[in-house]
This record gives sequence, structure tokens and C-alpha cells, in this order.
Amino acid sequence: MNDMRIVERDVDITENKITARGVQVYYGTNHALKDVDVDILDKTVTAFIGPSGCGKSTFLRCLNRMNDTVASARVEGKILLEGEDIYDPKVDPVQLRAKVGMVFQKPNPFPKSIYDNVAYGPKIHGLTRNKAELDEIVEKSLRRAAIWNEVKDRLDASGTGLSGGQQQRLCIARAVATNPEVLLMDEPCSALDPIATAQVEELIDELRAEYSVVIVTHSMQQAARVSQKTAFFHLGHLVEYGETGQIFTNPQDPRTESYITGRIG
Amino acid sequence: MTDISPTSADAPKPKAHGSLLEATPLMKRRNAAEKRFHAYGIAAIVVALLTLTVMLFTIIRDGHSAFYQATMTFPVTIDAAVVDKTGSGDVAEMSKVTTIGYARILGESLVKYLADEGLVVEGMTDKEITDMISKDAPARLRDRVLADPSLVGQTVTVDAFTGGRVDGYFKGRVTREIAERDSNVTVTQLDMADLMEEAGVLRSKFNWSFITAPDASDLRPEAAGLGVALLGTLYMMLLTFIFTLPIGVAASIYLEEFAPKNRLTDLIEVNISNLAAVPSIVYGILGLAIFINFAGLPSSAPLVGALVLTLMTLPTIIIATRAAIRAVPPSIRDAALGVGASKMQTVVHHVLPLAAPGILTGTILGLASAAGETGPLLLIGMVAFVTNYPASPLDGGFLDPASALPVQVYSWASRSDPAFIERSSGAIIVLLIFLFFMNALAIVLRRRFERRW
Ligand SMILES: Nc1ncnc2c1ncn2[C@@H]1O[C@H](COP(=O)(O)OP(=O)(O)OP(=O)(O)O)[C@@H](O)[C@H]1O
Ligand SMILES: [Mg+2]
Repeated sequence: MNDMRIVERDVDITENKITARGVQVYYGTNHALKDVDVDILDKTVTAFIGPSGCGKSTFLRCLNRMNDTVASARVEGKILLEGEDIYDPKVDPVQLRAKVGMVFQKPNPFPKSIYDNVAYGPKIHGLTRNKAELDEIVEKSLRRAAIWNEVKDRLDASGTGLSGGQQQRLCIARAVATNPEVLLMDEPCSALDPIATAQVEELIDELRAEYSVVIVTHSMQQAARVSQKTAFFHLGHLVEYGETGQIFTNPQDPRTESYITGRIG
Repeated sequence: MTDISPTSADAPKPKAHGSLLEATPLMKRRNAAEKRFHAYGIAAIVVALLTLTVMLFTIIRDGHSAFYQATMTFPVTIDAAVVDKTGSGDVAEMSKVTTIGYARILGESLVKYLADEGLVVEGMTDKEITDMISKDAPARLRDRVLADPSLVGQTVTVDAFTGGRVDGYFKGRVTREIAERDSNVTVTQLDMADLMEEAGVLRSKFNWSFITAPDASDLRPEAAGLGVALLGTLYMMLLTFIFTLPIGVAASIYLEEFAPKNRLTDLIEVNISNLAAVPSIVYGILGLAIFINFAGLPSSAPLVGALVLTLMTLPTIIIATRAAIRAVPPSIRDAALGVGASKMQTVVHHVLPLAAPGILTGTILGLASAAGETGPLLLIGMVAFVTNYPASPLDGGFLDPASALPVQVYSWASRSDPAFIERSSGAIIVLLIFLFFMNALAIVLRRRFERRW
């Protein structure tokens, strides 16, 4: 399988943050991800698109080794973060996940207060020295996730008592609070209204200045709006990877074309 | 949007659903099934409640009398010539006088008091009067005098139990016909008891010593109490809780969160379930062999009892704890791991707090079933006749001989004197109250930890 088409001229603009080579993922005997090669650039938003069940979440979870928690999952191939193999036996996944944050497909706030939800990451990583600094991080993160105005009066209220969309933004705030270098977002806007979606997209754009962001989305418009690079997955294969504009206007693979024009998926 | 073909246009379309106002046959059948299910459920609950009511009713009917005891109140002159022969007032010297001396004082005082009050039954000997006093009363008077030597030479009011038969007469256990054939009580004594009751000398009083006093021999059922058994059970529960909670929680966390899924852990899992099904008496034999014969711990000790009960309840507690841990949604673990928490932090900060109510409930229910366990305790000698309270835990009380509530029930139920039957039921009432408090504690703790968000 060699459907990958990296646009060479981008490489000299920004360097590779994550390099994946020949990644295979098996869930038991189910070969969920087949031979994926991809280069995720620093200070860039990369969108993963593709029909349901094609392995987008699976690949995302490889990037911060969340698949380690799935007993049946087996990952093969190489994934390098800034040249270091994240599957090296010497790597502690806990340390990796502090660098590579994640927003899950289903909102999963802790059953704790809104404040504690956001403060938890900075606390365990020792990012703050006192309460004032922590308060500041919490506020900044909630603002970035476009939820500050809705919750600023009830930071002690339960995180699980929020609406689905609010919970998702709380999870975004929680992921941003630890100041990761790479942010993996699995359909972060699937439960959001257009206004919150616009705010989250704004956040993603803002994060691009410092971080590398990978976003899974089912919305072509969203992928087109926020991302610079787009990867199209189909049945476990990475079918096409390239500049977002090129993927949407001039797809090279017939499968990509059918998908974005709405014929498969 | 009109794709009706010409042929079907005039034919009336068959209605898929009938009128909403009448139930279809299928709906009727489903409703009937639902009604039947309700009826089964209510019937089951009624049966359970009835059984419970009947059980509680019989136990309370048989056992409530154990909490009351026929008590006579009369003045006693503590004769210095008997209890303090040297006249020194020295407690060590006075303690050489045995209960026999005090029995004489009590007897003489009662005879004199009854004569003074004009309570006389024709043909009643002084010995018959004296024998109405419980064999336990002299010992209590002796303890009282030794605790306060200034009483010597004075006249004090004494509350003394009557003997078990006279007490049984008031509780309806002993009748005049029985008394005629019984060598331990005479009809004259019963007549006198009636007279004394009329005069207010003899009354039925709440018997605190049933709860606080140690066990007593067959000769004085009226003096037998639950004090040692209650303390023993309390000690055992405390120790069992201290042993089971950390071991149970650690084992469960390891098995649920850390252990790799392989043959060995499968084997361990199966065996934990099997251990939960092992008859409790087997744990008694194990305890006897290991803790007493091999490790040389003293028999009848609450420590050994607690170790045996720990072995017995651990499997149950591990199963309950694992279920509580498993009930924590995996997405919470993902969330914690996702922000870079270590496995241990995930468990301690997120999983355990959510599982705590379930863990505590499981543990306390396990303990409650252990508290009612008799078999294994019999084997490690907790059934011994113990009349001394175990010392406080700080003074090695966990190694002192003690009894336990369920064992006390068993041992009283197997004694010959019918006066012990009511005490056996009374002990069951105390045990039930003890368990009730444990379950109440479980509910309170659960509420406290259950501040779910
Ligand atoms: N924990 C798991 N255990 C077993 N199989 C899994 C697991 N997670 C995913 N799979 C399988 O892997 C394949 C890819 O799943 P994945 O969740 O990556 O799809 P996706 O592209 O994220 O789909 P969606 O857009 O619906 O979220 C699917 O066939 C799925 O059944
Ligand atoms: Mg997915």
C-alpha cells in the first residue's frame, strides 16, 4: 500500500512533529489499521477524515499510546515524536501523555467539580507553585475552550452536571491546561452548536501557533476550515494525505473523491 | 412526491395499526404478562416480609423476658464480725472472707426483714427463705463491700435476684405443679414470692447485667450475661475490619487494574470464587491447625477468631470490591490517563473514590455475616466458659479468652436448665441489634462517600 502522497514543499516550512511508518494495529485478529505512514507537522492542524469505523480514532490513540489500555490491541511499526520512538521500551507512556494531550470522542469529565477537572492535570504535573497560579491556568484554559462565561459562577459545581456540549468543552479545557505539545482531538465538535463550534475552531487556530493539532472530524467543512493538512482513511488504510486545499479540490484517489462528494461513507 | 401506481390508487390501503382506543390482542397479552409479573413480585415480597415478621415475633416473644429479672429489695446489715474479723478495715484481709459469709448475712437479713414486715407463710423454714436468694447475690455483695470498705457495720439496701425458679414462676415458666416435683423450689417459696410481690419487696426489674455480666454456670442462670460475648464479638469485628479492608482492597485493585490477563490470574479468579463457597467450618479447622496448633496462639482468643473470620470473609469482600471497581466507567480511567496521570494516580484519585461506597458496603455486609458465624469459632475454642472480661486492647485483650455472641446463643441453647432458653433468645435479640447497628453504619458511610457529582 503506498497511497501516501506527502506534499514535499511543506516539509521545509515546518518540521515533522510526529513521524509514523508502517503502523499496523490489530484488535485481536481484527486488522484495524493497515500500514499507515504519515508525517504530522509542527505548528499545523492536521485533519483525519473518513467513514465511520475506518480507524481514525484508532490511529489517534496510537499517537499517545492510549491503545496500551486496550488489552486486545497490538501496535506494530514505528511512531516517532521529534525523532524519539514513542514505543521504545524506555518510554514511559505517562510522560508521553503529558506531551501529547487528548480530547476523547465521548465527553468524559471527571465526576468532580469543574475547577478540579481543569486543575487536575496541572496539579499532578506540578505546573504551578500556588493557588493563584492554578486559578490563573484554570481560567485561561476555560476561556480558551470557550466555556468560561458559562461556568465562571459555578466552578464548584459538578462537571458531569453540564450539558453534553459544555462537557466536551470542559474536556478541551482540561486537555489544554496541561500545556501539551501535541493536541489530539477526536471529534471535539460533534456535540456542539454552531457558536461553540466556531469558538473551538478559533481555539484550534490559535493553538496552531505553538502546537501541533490533530483533529478527527466528520464535517468536511470543518476540516476545510481549520486544517492545513488532511488525511483520508478508508477501511484501515491511509488512502490519501496532503494539503487540505488540494485534497478537497483535486483529490488524487477515486475513493477520496467519492467520499468528499458524498458517495461513500 | 406522488408515486402511487394507478392500480393501488382506488384499492383501500390495509391499515397497519388499528384504533388507538382498543387494545390489540398482542397488546393485551403483553399487558397480562406484565400484570402477572407484578403479582409475582408482590407475592415474593409478602412472603419475605411474613417470614421476617414471624421470625422476629417468635424471637422477641421468647427472648424479651431475658431482659427482666425478678429482683428483691431489702435492707442488709453488713456484720463486721463476719466480713472483717480482724476489724482492721484492710481490704486484703477482708478478701479472705468467701461468699459463704456474705450468703449468711444476706439470708439472715432477709429472714429478719420478712418477719419485721409481717410477711409470713405458714410452715416456711428459714432455709427455704434463704434459698430464694440467687446464688449470685453474695458474690455481688462481696464485690460491693470490697470496693467500699466503709460499708462494714452499716445497713445498706440490696437489690438481689431471686433464684432462677422463682424468677421463672413470674415469667410463667414454673407452675405450682412443677414446683411440687422440683427439688430446687418448693410451693411455700412460691407462696412467699407472691406475698413479697404484693408487698412490693419483689419486683421485675430491667436487667442490665444480662447485657454486661459475664456468663454464669448452670446453677445460676439468673446471673448469666452477655458481657464477655459482646466484648469478644466487638473485638473480633474490629480486628476483622482492620485485616480485611486493606488486604481486600489491595488484592482487588491489583487484580482489576494491574494484573495481566493470563492463565495465572484466571486461576486466581476462579479460586477466589471457590473460596467464597467453602463451608465456614473448614476455615475453623484451618484456623485450629494453623493459628493454634502451629503458630501457638492461645485458643478462645478474639485475635484467632478474627483471623479465621478474615480468611472466611476475604473472598466475599474481594468479589464485592472488584465489582465496585469494575462499575467505575472506563472513560474515567481514559480521562485520567489522557491528561498524563499514572496508573496509580488514576486508581487513587479517580477509581477508588468512586468505588468507595460499594467497597464499604461490601465490606460491612461481609463483616455482618462474619459476626453471625458460629461454626468456625466453636472449633477454635470460643465456646469455652469464660467469666473474666478480656482486658482492654492496649493490655493485650485481643489474646485474652473471650466468647462471641452467636456462640453464646448456641451454648445457652444447649444447656439443660430451661431458664437458659429465654437467655438464648435474648442473646439473639442483642445479636440482631448489633447487626442492625453495623448495617446502619454501612448506610451512613455509604451516604457520606456517595457525594456523587
Ligand atoms: N477497543 C476496541 N476493541 C476492538 N475493536 C476495536 C476497538 N476500538 C475500535 N475497534 C475496531 O477498530 C476499527 C476502527 O475503529 P475506530 O474507532 O478507530 O473507528 P473511527 O474511524 O474512529 O470511527 P468513528 O468515526 O465512528 O469514530 C473498527 O472496526 C472497530 O470495530
Ligand atoms: Mg472514532
